[in-house]
Amino acid sequence: MNDNVWLIILGMTLVTYIPRMAPMVLVEAERLPDAVTRMLKNIPYAALGALIFPGILSVDQNIWFGVIGGIIAAMVAFSGAHLVVVVLASVGVLTVLNLGVF
Amino acid sequence: MPIALTFGLLAKNTGINLSHTLGMSLFVFAGASQFMALGMIAVGTGAMEIVISTFIVNIRHLLMSMSLNEKVTKASKWERLFCSFGITDEVFAVASTKEEKIGPFYLYGVICMAYSSWVINSGAGHLVGTALPASIQEGMSIALYAMFIGLLVPNAKKSKKALFLALTAGGLNFVFSRFLPTGWAIVAAALGSVLLIECLKFPVREMKDER
Repeated sequence: MNDNVWLIILGMTLVTYIPRMAPMVLVEAERLPDAVTRMLKNIPYAALGALIFPGILSVDQNIWFGVIGGIIAAMVAFSGAHLVVVVLASVGVLTVLNLGVF
Repeated sequence: MPIALTFGLLAKNTGINLSHTLGMSLFVFAGASQFMALGMIAVGTGAMEIVISTFIVNIRHLLMSMSLNEKVTKASKWERLFCSFGITDEVFAVASTKEEKIGPFYLYGVICMAYSSWVINSGAGHLVGTALPASIQEGMSIALYAMFIGLLVPNAKKSKKALFLALTAGGLNFVFSRFLPTGWAIVAAALGSVLLIECLKFPVREMKDER
């Protein structure tokens, strides 16, 4: 596991640095077609969706743990609260539920 | 800054030790990818899938570097090679909103501040995580997902497209994860969603153009 994490870090370092470095150093980089630009901008939202679901359902053996935590997070985020508040609210509610109900 | 603290906290929660946490922040220095890596490590994904996902998410930095490249004059090749390491979303946002052209030293300044606070607070977050009582640590298992949701919701509020992209990707991942390993399912779902939405959008735009 531990060697594996350093391997992951090494790989991530390369694939993060290269896209940042290439256009700065190879000055005459060609402009990408609009469709490609658009799709690149869309990737983070799609990635978020895939990261959240269905993984959130398995944070605990009890499926409701993830469901409730997710709903709380979504509601707090929708109200316009800061990211840190969103995380704290979700963790807070689940901690209380954990002590009492589950 | 609180994001870095959160990263350290979540890394601890994912079962990653302090040196890995600091190492990741020191060498990778990319918020979104680092959180994504945690998410994938948490569900037991292999190294290859994590690296490929990181690459896919980071291709957008090509665009940022490209646009910043035109702004940063008076920087030598070596300086560009060096400071391009630090072009994160935040650094890009700060630097690209400057009206005038910027020199390498301005960029160094912005990067140094962002970098040092990112690394130091990652470590601090990890230490805080170790000190938390067990009852809170159990509730922490939701934190990573709460953060993903917290990142997504403001964007989904502003743009139906972002919401649609995320919902489609989630749905596809649900299907793909039945027969693909978790990591590959996430990669395939994200790409599938982007391609699908691109294909759906195209006819609409072309019809508009014809009128």
